[in-house]
Amino acid sequence: MPAKLSARLCSLLLSLFLIAFALPAFAGPFEDAVAKFANDDYSDTEEAIGVVASSGNPLAYPIISALQDGRLMADPDSKKVYVTGADGKSIDAATGQPVASVPDSASAVRLNNRLRRSVDAAVGGLTLMSPDVTARIQAAQSVFKSHEESALEAVNTALAKETNKSAKAALGDARAAILLFKSDATEVEKLEAVATIKARGDQEALAMLTGIGADQPASVTKAATSAIASIQSSLAIWSTVQNAWYGLSLGSVLLLAAIGLAITFGVMGVINMAHGEMVMIGAYTTFVVQEVIRTRYPALFDYSLLIAVPLAFLVAGAIGVVIERSIIRFLYGRPLETLLATWGLSLVLQQVVRTMFGPTNREVGNPSWMSGAFEVGQITITYNRLWILVFTLAVFGILLAMLRYTALGLEMRAVTQNRRMAASMGIATSRVDALTFGLGSGIAGIAGVALSQIDNVSPNLGQSYIIDSFMVVVFGGVGNLWGTLVGAFTLGIANKFLEPVAGAVLGKIAILVLIILFIQKRPRGLFALKGRAVEA
Amino acid sequence: MTPHMLTRSLDRGATIFLVIVAACGILIPLSNLLLPAGSFLQVPTYLVALWGKYVCYAILALAIDLIWGYCGILSLGHGAFFALGGYAMGMYLMRQIGTRGVYGNPILPDFMVFLNYPKLPWYWYGFDMFWFAALMVLVVPGLLAFCFGWLAFRSRVTGVYLSIITQAMTYALLLAFFRNDFGFGGNNGLTDFKDILGFNVQAEGTRAALFALSCLGLIVSFLICRAVVSSKLGKVLIAIRDAESRSRFLGYRVESYKLFVFTLSACMAGVAGALYVPQVGIINPSEFAPGNSIEAVIWVAVGGRGTLVGAALGAVVVNYAKTFFTSGMLAPYWLFMLGAMFILVTLLLPKGIIGTFNAWWESSKERRIAETTASAAAEDGVTEPKMAE
Repeated sequence: MPAKLSARLCSLLLSLFLIAFALPAFAGPFEDAVAKFANDDYSDTEEAIGVVASSGNPLAYPIISALQDGRLMADPDSKKVYVTGADGKSIDAATGQPVASVPDSASAVRLNNRLRRSVDAAVGGLTLMSPDVTARIQAAQSVFKSHEESALEAVNTALAKETNKSAKAALGDARAAILLFKSDATEVEKLEAVATIKARGDQEALAMLTGIGADQPASVTKAATSAIASIQSSLAIWSTVQNAWYGLSLGSVLLLAAIGLAITFGVMGVINMAHGEMVMIGAYTTFVVQEVIRTRYPALFDYSLLIAVPLAFLVAGAIGVVIERSIIRFLYGRPLETLLATWGLSLVLQQVVRTMFGPTNREVGNPSWMSGAFEVGQITITYNRLWILVFTLAVFGILLAMLRYTALGLEMRAVTQNRRMAASMGIATSRVDALTFGLGSGIAGIAGVALSQIDNVSPNLGQSYIIDSFMVVVFGGVGNLWGTLVGAFTLGIANKFLEPVAGAVLGKIAILVLIILFIQKRPRGLFALKGRAVEA
Repeated sequence: MTPHMLTRSLDRGATIFLVIVAACGILIPLSNLLLPAGSFLQVPTYLVALWGKYVCYAILALAIDLIWGYCGILSLGHGAFFALGGYAMGMYLMRQIGTRGVYGNPILPDFMVFLNYPKLPWYWYGFDMFWFAALMVLVVPGLLAFCFGWLAFRSRVTGVYLSIITQAMTYALLLAFFRNDFGFGGNNGLTDFKDILGFNVQAEGTRAALFALSCLGLIVSFLICRAVVSSKLGKVLIAIRDAESRSRFLGYRVESYKLFVFTLSACMAGVAGALYVPQVGIINPSEFAPGNSIEAVIWVAVGGRGTLVGAALGAVVVNYAKTFFTSGMLAPYWLFMLGAMFILVTLLLPKGIIGTFNAWWESSKERRIAETTASAAAEDGVTEPKMAE
């Protein structure tokens, strides 16, 4: 033992001796601080982080981020510190010179939770100067959240240099947050900070103002209290707006799924339980179109939906015409039997798709113009939801115009109102029936294209919409497209406003129960057809 | 029920049906229990449980046929009443587990311990007593059907609208029962039963007895249905089915008749569910799925709506086919077959098996009568004058 101990003492002395010699060669606070990483002592490491981060040295960012990722290697024997890159190349942390290899005795500098926080704050401070705008904004936001006093200097420097408008705003918020919590900031500074944070007006601002503590000057506390109240009321308004937007979005999906049904059920009186499967077929058409584009013409990917819409209409419409000719026309006047037969049909169609494409979800991609989101005030609007709303209204408008201004539309309305009279006037009612059913199915197919963007494309896709679609049509009033429109948006918005109060599932149950009760009051829906057509 | 009503309500087909059900209800349990295992004539226990399930489905089919075949009410939510009856029975069976559950809590069922329920919810009170559970099997589905029907029939919701809102009803219940905080075991439902009335539910004797009870339930339900449809009340129901407005104008309170028969049917469905649960050993929210209720309607359509015997027969035939096809190589094709069955039966066989058979039987009987009269007439020498010759 003594021999070993003395050997250790010797090596320790030797290394001290070496350091004593080596240090003068590196003189300078930055190099000193870097060498401290090699001491494997938490308080030394913390000190080193502080010095390095505020040094302004170009190596500071690589060093601190390497520390964060566990890539900062320190050799306790030579007191040298290395930054190893993700590509395996290493540099000497103190000088920035590339080195051939890191010695085997070097190990990653260890961190504990407290250190990790200061590393994160330091990285935040350093990225405030990053050339990338989004990185700067993110860094400013993380400073806003941590409101570390140590970052104030960095924020001020960055703020002076910043030219980008939104980055500047984010930095201003960060500065306000720091000042608000800085114990030696002046009252004026704090009041300004409260005003800045109030202007930000979101949940985080609210949380920050609520947590300022009691040791603030009275005027600041008062300003904060009034700011909290105003943020809360504006947040309440925004949350209403958000619910309304979600409701519109859900309503547009419901409308899209129900429009085709409004034609087949509303105009023809046919209960088509396979309607959901037409939606599913439209979604699978989109999948096939995208698959072909992906393998053959990848450049066309952004146009895949534009190609899929007419194709889905044709595929689903053609299937609809075949169904009408082969099954439904034998069941006119027997609505309950139609219901059963089309239910059977839906099982068959699902199983066909399951056999062809497999039971699992298939991936349908979003074209670039449909992905992403933008912000309006406190709410985020995703492009795909917005496009679906626009698309739905367009489909609705086209359909309405078609019923009103085309020859087929005229014939369809005539057959709906009085079948025998229409036949007597020379309208080929069976042809109109087939085309009407095809139109309804084709529109369901188009709905499938849109729904493939927000829902899983699986053989069960249609089933999840069928009950909702029937609810919309029945609620809105059969035989009236405007009723379907109002019904879909009413149900969508009601659902989204109930959701935060009652939870998603209970909200849905409440809607179902309300519809059941509503139908008792108005058995023919919101906008009932009047006159003889009702009894037909 | 007077003997007179009984005889009047039973024609030959019904008698044959009752004899067959009674024979099965006695012979199958006896064969299962008395004959040595593996013997040629012995019915294995798993088959007893399987056929017990079919018999429960047959009761549900009878309930649907009573309202659809005789009153024109197509309910796409009868599975809900079936499942509610099943849940009432399941709650009794859960309470019987006692300390034998995984957590050994004498009062709370396992899932409640797991979900940190502090105490038993109020709607679970009383379900430790069999008589109370048995009463609830009738009361809960009956009350729901009464309230639902009272609202729907009074405001004259008919035809497909009624079908759609019954579907919405069962869908809403499906969503509700899937919730963990609804207090009925959520997704997993109620299972892992031990005892029923002190007998082990897994034991062969109990299974045989449950099978016999299910057959008895089928017989009693059938007799009730026959009594209803062959009475004056049944005639009014048929009148409502064929011409609702006319019946109303003739002075019948259509909604009261409908409400009565709808509630009765729901109670029957509840009983079917209660007999079903101890035999399959589980009840979970998927029983509320709208698809199940629609499938039950197709049993009736296959067997023949408005024939009662056909409904029961259809339930057994379709479910036997389902078991047969889903257990073999043909499993992926079962949905094709089920779907095709829906389409073909509605298109080609609108009267169902029994209805078509009856029509064929009637016409062949008429032909035979005509032939006998013709030949008798020929023997008498009274032929029609052959003018042309």
